[in-house]
Amino acid sequence: MLHVVNKSPFEKNCLESCARLSQAGSCILLIEDGVYGALADGEACEVVQTCLEDRQVCVLGEDLQARGIEPDRIVSGVEVVDYAGFVKLAVEHPKVQSWL
Amino acid sequence: MKFAVLVNEGPYTHQASDSAFHFTKAAIEQGHRVIRVFFYHDGVNNGTRLTTPPQDDRHIANRWGELAQEHDLDLVVCVAAAQRRGVVDEDEQKRNSKDANNIADGFRISGLGQLIEAGIQADRLVTFGD
Amino acid sequence: MSEELQSGIVKKFLYINRRAPHGTNYAQEGLEVALIGAAFDQDVAMAYLDDGVFQLKAGQDTKAIGTKNFSATYRALGDYDVKRVYVERESLERRGLSEDDLMPLVYEDEDDDWEEKPLIHVVSAREMQQIISESDVLLNF
Repeated sequence: MLHVVNKSPFEKNCLESCARLSQAGSCILLIEDGVYGALADGEACEVVQTCLEDRQVCVLGEDLQARGIEPDRIVSGVEVVDYAGFVKLAVEHPKVQSWL
Repeated sequence: MKFAVLVNEGPYTHQASDSAFHFTKAAIEQGHRVIRVFFYHDGVNNGTRLTTPPQDDRHIANRWGELAQEHDLDLVVCVAAAQRRGVVDEDEQKRNSKDANNIADGFRISGLGQLIEAGIQADRLVTFGD
Repeated sequence: MSEELQSGIVKKFLYINRRAPHGTNYAQEGLEVALIGAAFDQDVAMAYLDDGVFQLKAGQDTKAIGTKNFSATYRALGDYDVKRVYVERESLERRGLSEDDLMPLVYEDEDDDWEEKPLIHVVSAREMQQIISESDVLLNF
């Protein structure tokens, strides 16, 4: 399953709920303000690192760039994808869950 | 592959409509079919032709309308949510005796059943909201 | 209805409710989708987690804030062929609630002489993971 998180973990609990309720083998994609969760020096990095143990974690490059976050500032192991990559992930995974 | 897209927020406040637009465009560019884009909650406000953004900004309603025209997209605004928020087409104008309508080109107003139907028919339903 | 619908595709719809009921109207409009969806003969279940559990709190009365009190509508879920309502235990506990705080929801089981049965199942996070992963169409409100 593809899980999409679009909220900053510093404001809402969407990333935390997604981490709690997604299964091993699923993919978590951070978009919009969700990309702040991937900051390596941010407090949410632990959640992301835990997810990386058994799940794929991706972040939308367009949203990173818009927010001035250089790819070298994100948790290592998190993959940067573009919108075409977002579509590919949605094709690869049989359903999409948006943690609004 | 057949996609359906659900947009739950209006234009210009949340990024949801922008993200949904870029996703829809990318899906079409990869040869997938987007069978319907359904606008619900404040998302119905994407479908008014009366928005006038500054010239240096994107025109969200027109952009959806143009994409719909180019690719024969079905843009559906939920009738119940639209009635609450004052998004009106000609039929709704007559039915509710309003003095105007404001639906944008390329959009149509229909029932929530269109969302359920899209969920049944599409291989993937992707939701954008707040 | 279109040909494809007549061909009888039945998918598992899961409505995931994660928001409290009155500060925004996502809960009310989400409930409307679930009720409309009942007419499509799909397999429909509801999930309440995070602040969504507040939607099912018993004793809601919106008279004094002047908004529509749609909480009575939840009692109709059973009549709309929704046979499973899942509530995540951890979300309840973190908010100081228990199952006793929730409105009692029931459905009449047509396979069991229309006996009234409880609609609400309080489940663990692990069970909720499974419920989400086994569904075909996920709608979030």
